[in-house]
Amino acid sequence: MLELKGLHKTFNTGTVNEKRAIDGLDLTLEDGDFVTIIGGNGAGKSTMLNLIAGVFPVDQGTIHLNGVNLTNLPEHKRAKYLGRVFQDPMMGTAATMGIEENLALANRRGQRRGLRAGINNREREQYRAQLATLGLGLENRMTSKVGLLSGGQRQALTLLMATLKKPQLLLLDEHTAALDPKTADKVLQLTEEIVARDHLTTLMVTHNMKNAIQYGNRLIMMDAGRIVVDIRGEEKKNLTVRDLLEKFNIESDRMLLSE
Amino acid sequence: MIATLVGRLATVPGALPGAVAQGLIWGIMAIGVYITFRILDVADLTVDGSLGTGGAVCIMMMLAGYNVWIALLMALIAGLLAGLVTGIFHTFMGIPAILAGILTQLSLYSINLKILGKANQAINVDKYDLLVSLRWVKETALHNPLVVVAIFIVVLIAVLYWFFGTELGCSIRATGANPNMSRAQGINTNLNKVLGLMLSNGLVALSGALLCQYQGFADVNMGRGAIVIGLAAVIIGEAVFSRIFRNFALRLLAVAIGSIIYYVVIQIVIQMGLDANLLKLLSALVVAIFLAVPYWKSKYFRGAKKAPAKKEAAPHA
Repeated sequence: MLELKGLHKTFNTGTVNEKRAIDGLDLTLEDGDFVTIIGGNGAGKSTMLNLIAGVFPVDQGTIHLNGVNLTNLPEHKRAKYLGRVFQDPMMGTAATMGIEENLALANRRGQRRGLRAGINNREREQYRAQLATLGLGLENRMTSKVGLLSGGQRQALTLLMATLKKPQLLLLDEHTAALDPKTADKVLQLTEEIVARDHLTTLMVTHNMKNAIQYGNRLIMMDAGRIVVDIRGEEKKNLTVRDLLEKFNIESDRMLLSE
Repeated sequence: MIATLVGRLATVPGALPGAVAQGLIWGIMAIGVYITFRILDVADLTVDGSLGTGGAVCIMMMLAGYNVWIALLMALIAGLLAGLVTGIFHTFMGIPAILAGILTQLSLYSINLKILGKANQAINVDKYDLLVSLRWVKETALHNPLVVVAIFIVVLIAVLYWFFGTELGCSIRATGANPNMSRAQGINTNLNKVLGLMLSNGLVALSGALLCQYQGFADVNMGRGAIVIGLAAVIIGEAVFSRIFRNFALRLLAVAIGSIIYYVVIQIVIQMGLDANLLKLLSALVVAIFLAVPYWKSKYFRGAKKAPAKKEAAPHA
C-alpha cells in the first residue's frame, strides 16, 4: 500500500522561474491498484513519480510504501521496492551492455553487489525463457548490446527488468509516449499482462485519454500539483473519453491543448 | 638530406626496445585512464598528479630500505587514496569531475614535492634491487623490463577482466553507461564512481612506480601531460583494434598496445630529427583530432538523417 501525505515540491524556489510542481498532494493506493494518471503538461505527474522514486527530495510531506518510510531514503535504496520504466527508451537500459547483462543488473536490485559472478548460466536460462514471453525474438540475441535494439524493444526490455524482481510498486512514466502507435499498443499489452500476472500495484502516467480509460482499475487526473479527479470501480469501467471531457471541462481543455 | 634521414632511421631499431618498454609501462597507466574515460565516462585529470605520487612513494620507500614489492604496494595504495580524494570532491562535494581531478592533481604537486623532499630523487640500480631498469632493456634475461612489464600487464588484464565481470564490476560498468538506470536498479552510483576513480589512479600510480625505477629517478614533473599520453594510447588502441578486439580483455590489451605504438612512433619521429620540445604540442594536437573524429562523424550522420534526399548524392552515404 502506497501512502502519500501532504506532498509539496517547488523547483527553482525564490527565482523568477519558481514552479510549484506538487502542491499538497495526498494519495493512497490499495494493493493491486492499477492507476492511470492523466493531466496537462506541468500538472505534476512525472514529478510525483520522481518524488516517489527519490530522484529529488520532497520539500514537505511523507511517502510510505507498505509501512516503510521512503521519504528520506536515497534513490538507489528505494529501488529495492520499485520498478520503473521511463518515457525515454534510452533511459531505462545500459546501451553499451548486453541484453543478458542488463537483466542480470535488474535481477540484483536491492541486493548487495559483491565479487560473485555478475551473471551465471542458470540465470541465462531463466532470462531466455522470460525474454521469450515478450514475443520479440530477444531470447536469441541475449549477448547483443542493448544499443542495437529499437525503442519499442528497449521499452519492453526495461519493463521486463522493472518486473524481474517483483516490485512492490511499478512506476510507468509515459513509457509508450516515444513509440509509434503500433509498438505503443504492443508495449501496453505487455504491461497489462505482466501487471495482471504478478498482481502489481502500478502507477501509469499517460497522455492518451483512451489508454487511461482502457487500462487499470482507477483513474486520476492531476492539475497544478494536485489530484483533481479520482475515479474507480464501476464508474471507471463505464467511463468514456466524452464523459471525461464533459465532466471536467476546465482541466480537459488544458489536456487537449497539450496533446 | 635523404641520406641523413635514412641514416637516422637506421638508428631506430636500436632504440626500439627502450621505446617498447616505456610504452608497456605507460600501458598500465593507459589502462587506468581507460577505466575512467571509457568505463566510467569521466575525464579524470588526477592522473597527472597520481603518476608522480606513485613514483615518489616507490622511490622514497626503496631509498628507505624497503623491499621493491612493498614499495610498489604502497605506491598503489597512494594512488587509490588520490582517486578517493577526487571521488569525494566529485560525489560528496558535487564538484564537476574534470575540476575535481584538477584540484587533486594540483594538490598532489605539493604532496609529491613533500614526499620527494626535492624536485628530483635518483635511485642507483647498482645499489638497490629494482624490478625494472632501462639498463637491462637489451638483455636476453628474465629481468629484462620488456618481460617483467609484459607479465605485469597480462596479470593485470586478467584481474581486471575478472573484476569487471563480477556483480560489483558490472555495476561500475552500468554506472558509466547509464547512471539513471543504475540508480533505478538500486546501484549506488556515487560509491561506484569513487571506486572506479580509486582503481584507475591506483593503476596509474603503479605505472609511475615502475616508470621511476625504469628511468632511475622520480621527478615532480614526471606526470605532466600524462592524461594526454593515456588518452592517446586509448584512442590509438581503439582505432587500430576496435574491429577485431571485441572482448573486454582484448580491448584492455589494445590500450596497452596503443601505448606501445605511441612510444614507438614518438621514438621514430624524434630520431628523424623532430625538435623534442615540440613533442607535447604534437601529442595534444593528435589527441584533439582523434577525439574530434567521433563528433564529426555523428554530426555528419545526424545531418544525413535529417535531409536524406540531399545527402544521398554524397559519395560515401
